[in-house]
Amino acid sequence: MNVDPTTLLAILAMAVATYVTRIAGLFVADRLVLSGRAQAAFNAIPPAVLVAVIAPTALTTGWAEAIATLITALVATRLPLLATILVGVVSVVLLRAVL
Amino acid sequence: MDQMRHSPRTYWSEARAGLRDIAPAAIAAIPIGLLFGAVAVAKGMSPAEVGLMSLLVFAGGAQFAAIETWIHPAPILTLAFATFLINARHILMGASLSPKLALSRSQEFVALFFLTDETWALSERRALDRPVTGAYWGVMGVVLFFNWTITTFLGAVLGSFLGDPARLGADFAFTALFIGLIAGFGRGRVMLVAVAVSAAVAALVYRYIGAPWHVASGALAGIAAAYLAAGEKSQSREKSQS
Repeated sequence: MNVDPTTLLAILAMAVATYVTRIAGLFVADRLVLSGRAQAAFNAIPPAVLVAVIAPTALTTGWAEAIATLITALVATRLPLLATILVGVVSVVLLRAVL
Repeated sequence: MDQMRHSPRTYWSEARAGLRDIAPAAIAAIPIGLLFGAVAVAKGMSPAEVGLMSLLVFAGGAQFAAIETWIHPAPILTLAFATFLINARHILMGASLSPKLALSRSQEFVALFFLTDETWALSERRALDRPVTGAYWGVMGVVLFFNWTITTFLGAVLGSFLGDPARLGADFAFTALFIGLIAGFGRGRVMLVAVAVSAAVAALVYRYIGAPWHVASGALAGIAAAYLAAGEKSQSREKSQS
């Protein structure tokens, strides 16, 4: 049940960064009108960050992970979240056994 | 409006409506919380640290991203920056929602700590035909908050007994979860360009420069690509209006 000091600082920094985004809208309400391009860039932030986070595991680990990524991406648009995770995990286990 | 807020009957019916609306999202989040805790422990965090993170940060996407790139000692600034980028969508969500909340300014500062994708989406829908009361918002926020904190802590405690997650392919569960989340942000042309550019840049930077630079560089490249890809479309929209 130990808490590392550096980890605690990182958690606090993440907490502050998150809370700032949650209340920042109060100060820009009615003033924040984004143009088409800026709106598109803003909408792209979450997926762009999430993709960058998984790219090493998904694309540079090996063929099993890369193929499992492709399969998961194909089912992700049709299945609910938990089913998508299940398909990804099962396919990576099978592919690792075969390849 | 004051009358509505002080009537106990309205209060309870608002709270019940919040409970009813949030229940499916809360149930779906249970296995995801357990998974988060189990993998966080496998990455070297203690159950206490996992619980503390959920308690203070309370943002699933950002927490998953932090754990996926977790190294020891934790890179504080990189984590804070990635967290800010992932949660930047809250700024727009808060700006859109705050005029619809039947709360005072000081109450909003407390209420918006509980802002999540789910509570925001449900409240925006409810706001179409009535104001979003503190009881409705509060019940949804508190349910998701305790749900997330308890399940992630429980997952961390249980995960310590499960051992190496790679054995069952659980190490890939995060990647699969992220792919599912990314798909939820849409499949438009601009989004596909952003995702492809971000993936390519992040993979190359990870290969030739190394972690943790791949996150910021991939993300910024993807955002820039979305800005450029949206150019023609927004121009043609202007043209059709004139």
